[in-house]
Amino acid sequence: MMKVKSFILAGLLAFAPAMAMNGQALAQNEAAASAAATPVDADPRSSDPGAPADSADANVANVSAAAPAPKVAAPPRMKPTEGIGMPRPGEITLQQQFTDTGRTARWLHDVMLLPIITIISLLVLALMLYVMVRYRRAANPIPSKTSHNTVIEVVWTVVPVLILLAIAVPSIGLLADQYRPAPKDALTVKVTGYQWYWGYEYPDAGIPEFVSNMLPEDKAKANGEPYLLAPDNRLVLPVGRPIKLIITGADVIHSFAVPSLWVKMDAVPGRLNEKSFTIDKPGVYYGQCSELCGARHGFMPIAIEALPPAQFDQWVLSQGGTLTGGTAAPAGQMGPQQGSTLPGPPASEAGTTTL
Amino acid sequence: MTTITADHHGDHAHGHDHDADHKPAFFQRWFMSTNHKDIGTLYLIFAIIAGIIGGAISGLMRAELAEPGIQYLQTWANMQHSLLGVEPATLDQAYHLWNALITAHGLIMVFFMVMPAMIGGFGNWFVPIMIGAPDMAFPRMNNISFWLLIPAFTLLLGSAFVPGGTGYGAGTGWTVYAPLSTSGSAGPAVDMAILSLHIAGASSILGAINFITTILNMRAPGMTLHKMPLFVWSVLVTAFLLLLALPVLAAAITMLLTDRNFGTTFYDAAGGGDPELYQHLFWFFGHPEVYIMILPGFGIISQIVSTFSRKPVFGYLGMAYAMVAIGVVGFVVWAHHMFTTGMSVNVKMYFTAATMVIAVPTGIKIFSWIATIWGGSISFKTPMVWALGFIFLFTVGGVTGVVLANGGVDDVLHDTYYVVAHFHYVLSLGAVFGLFAGFYYWFPKMSGRMYNEFLGQLHFWVFFAGVNLLFFPMHFLGLSGMPRRYPDYPEAFAYWNGIASHGYEVMAAGMLIFFVNLIWSLAAGRKAEGNPWGEGATTLEWTLTSPPPFHQFETLPVVD
Repeated sequence: MMKVKSFILAGLLAFAPAMAMNGQALAQNEAAASAAATPVDADPRSSDPGAPADSADANVANVSAAAPAPKVAAPPRMKPTEGIGMPRPGEITLQQQFTDTGRTARWLHDVMLLPIITIISLLVLALMLYVMVRYRRAANPIPSKTSHNTVIEVVWTVVPVLILLAIAVPSIGLLADQYRPAPKDALTVKVTGYQWYWGYEYPDAGIPEFVSNMLPEDKAKANGEPYLLAPDNRLVLPVGRPIKLIITGADVIHSFAVPSLWVKMDAVPGRLNEKSFTIDKPGVYYGQCSELCGARHGFMPIAIEALPPAQFDQWVLSQGGTLTGGTAAPAGQMGPQQGSTLPGPPASEAGTTTL
Repeated sequence: MTTITADHHGDHAHGHDHDADHKPAFFQRWFMSTNHKDIGTLYLIFAIIAGIIGGAISGLMRAELAEPGIQYLQTWANMQHSLLGVEPATLDQAYHLWNALITAHGLIMVFFMVMPAMIGGFGNWFVPIMIGAPDMAFPRMNNISFWLLIPAFTLLLGSAFVPGGTGYGAGTGWTVYAPLSTSGSAGPAVDMAILSLHIAGASSILGAINFITTILNMRAPGMTLHKMPLFVWSVLVTAFLLLLALPVLAAAITMLLTDRNFGTTFYDAAGGGDPELYQHLFWFFGHPEVYIMILPGFGIISQIVSTFSRKPVFGYLGMAYAMVAIGVVGFVVWAHHMFTTGMSVNVKMYFTAATMVIAVPTGIKIFSWIATIWGGSISFKTPMVWALGFIFLFTVGGVTGVVLANGGVDDVLHDTYYVVAHFHYVLSLGAVFGLFAGFYYWFPKMSGRMYNEFLGQLHFWVFFAGVNLLFFPMHFLGLSGMPRRYPDYPEAFAYWNGIASHGYEVMAAGMLIFFVNLIWSLAAGRKAEGNPWGEGATTLEWTLTSPPPFHQFETLPVVD
């Protein structure tokens, strides 16, 4: 089946460390953010998920040892484009979509569902206004005694059935699309929800778990990113390559949600949920935890940074990971597109990037 | 022996019958009541008080959400803490207070406002009268049903002042999902909330047994099932839903209690349990629960539309069995509340399809109401205006339900404000409009005094404007991605949140008008006749005086 069946992990992987981490999350956030503000490596990571508090220190060490140690510099932190991958002020409709299934789903909503429900509501309103005017007591003092009409009763039963069938066909198709299993060469990333931050691990590339905390208001603003949506470390993913997220929760249920990619999957302790998609444009895509998970439920945002394959490979190497089979999509096809927010080649900008 | 027939109107006075109107002394009458009308009144008073509290909590929420940033939560949390004599609240404790507020708002409105008002209040008052019965089948059980609500409500309110994990109060949401409600919420607050639900649930089960027994056994001669007023039908279906759904909730939250306190692991994967099991059990109850809240409203609207159009309900049998169908199908759609939990594709397809099916009987009801009005002779008295508002706004809430039914689309809308908008349209603008419609419709009957027509109409228009301003922008917030249960939000969501908070202010002004009307009408309202609505009002309650005698139908009416 497309989904990994509810999978019981006795002694769940990250349970104990997650508990230990709670108190340190904020301090780490501070440290990570300040470390990242230094010019070299904008993507701190913990070398050992079992001791994430170390990540800040490790990162600082990384920075100081930057000159000799990393063979590859991380690509610069991508600047988000206003209104892309995030809500727009006063917006009244769905966010622009950057996956195939997202576009199909948005089409289903915008082209089928929204017009149908608007027409039905207006039809009911029109009928009501008509009867209210036509059959007000002044206009119609003697009420009719009609209380049955088989034909019309059959009509208003059958017509809604037909409308629902018309909706159901693409809707079921969409579900089948969304559940299409990822191909073998998909990049697997494990996403873990903690109270109250996210952890990302790249088992294929051998990158151990690093955590992602919300940026405080001043840092987010200084950084040109929307406060409450911007975390310190982003989930970095390649563009154009199928991605398979394995999502779980460490303590309570969270929900990993990125509206512009049409992704929302609960992070349930003891289960490995799977979500597959392919991002088709470089960019920063924001999301927020979408299942009540305690006090700071509103303060554990998500950001996906989608890079062209070449830059993604560079990022993987910069994190000490190894390139796996499917990574090397033809780089030429996936370069920055016109109007893309993507900054220039990393080498030229790496030194000037600030968080 | 005289027989009273259904078409005998006000000329048959019961008031002169001293035995029928002998009322016990105050304490005995109100605290040891076995009279369905008095118990109905108690339920209504209780629901109004709970509604004020639940509505005030939503006012706090809209105040905090009026602008981005945390404006008041910290202050409120400090007030709560100083009340308890503990050190000032941390920021996390202030955030926890937010979760406690949303939890309390949901639980109060569902269990202590809508349900007591609809079923306990109007059901108690009018089901026996409408079927020509002298009282409920089990009058003492009726009394205990009501009085169980008092400890239940006290426990829930009290839970706000004991530790519940990060801060004080139960901050789990009204759904009380494990493991947030088990390992995630130390302290007695969640235990108190669970116990509160247990007691409120027991109260409802007893009430449901009472209604089923009454309706099936105590109908007056000639009152066949297919002649029962639709309000009675709606309460009958609701009572069956309660009877079948609430025990499942009781089981689910009992396992929560043992997980919390006695080391069981029903919902803990580390011990072989499953957090999703709780959600399945909860929503097996929770989905029928939403129909429990709305079905009596359907019944009320049918009575009112027929009365003020002076026409019998169009397609009576279709209307009755549409409610039965909604009740039956309502039991097999629960997992659409869980579309993002990671279910298999086949399960998701099934629940998508099954959920959409509910739109069919609901559509039958909407169209039948309009057809009832069609050809009628409409008088736009306050109850009718509320009923018309109900029909349109319920339609709007219903069609967004069809959108959410699509599992693939729900992936992005789930747990966003779109869902909040949807269920407030069907409940705040559906069930609550039904409540107000029923309240104005039956107020003369219950109190013996007419309400003020001008204030009633004014209440409608102000409330109508307010709730639409309050809830319609939430569709936009949800579509652009704002998650539920957030005390703060990115700047981009500021505009529609600001509008929504202004909508709350307008709605609150509408509620003030209601209370002015209520107090004025009780004190100085014109005396109501037995049937103030004229020839359209054909059900048995209008054959009695207003208010009815303490015991009605000592000789049973005969329905022809």
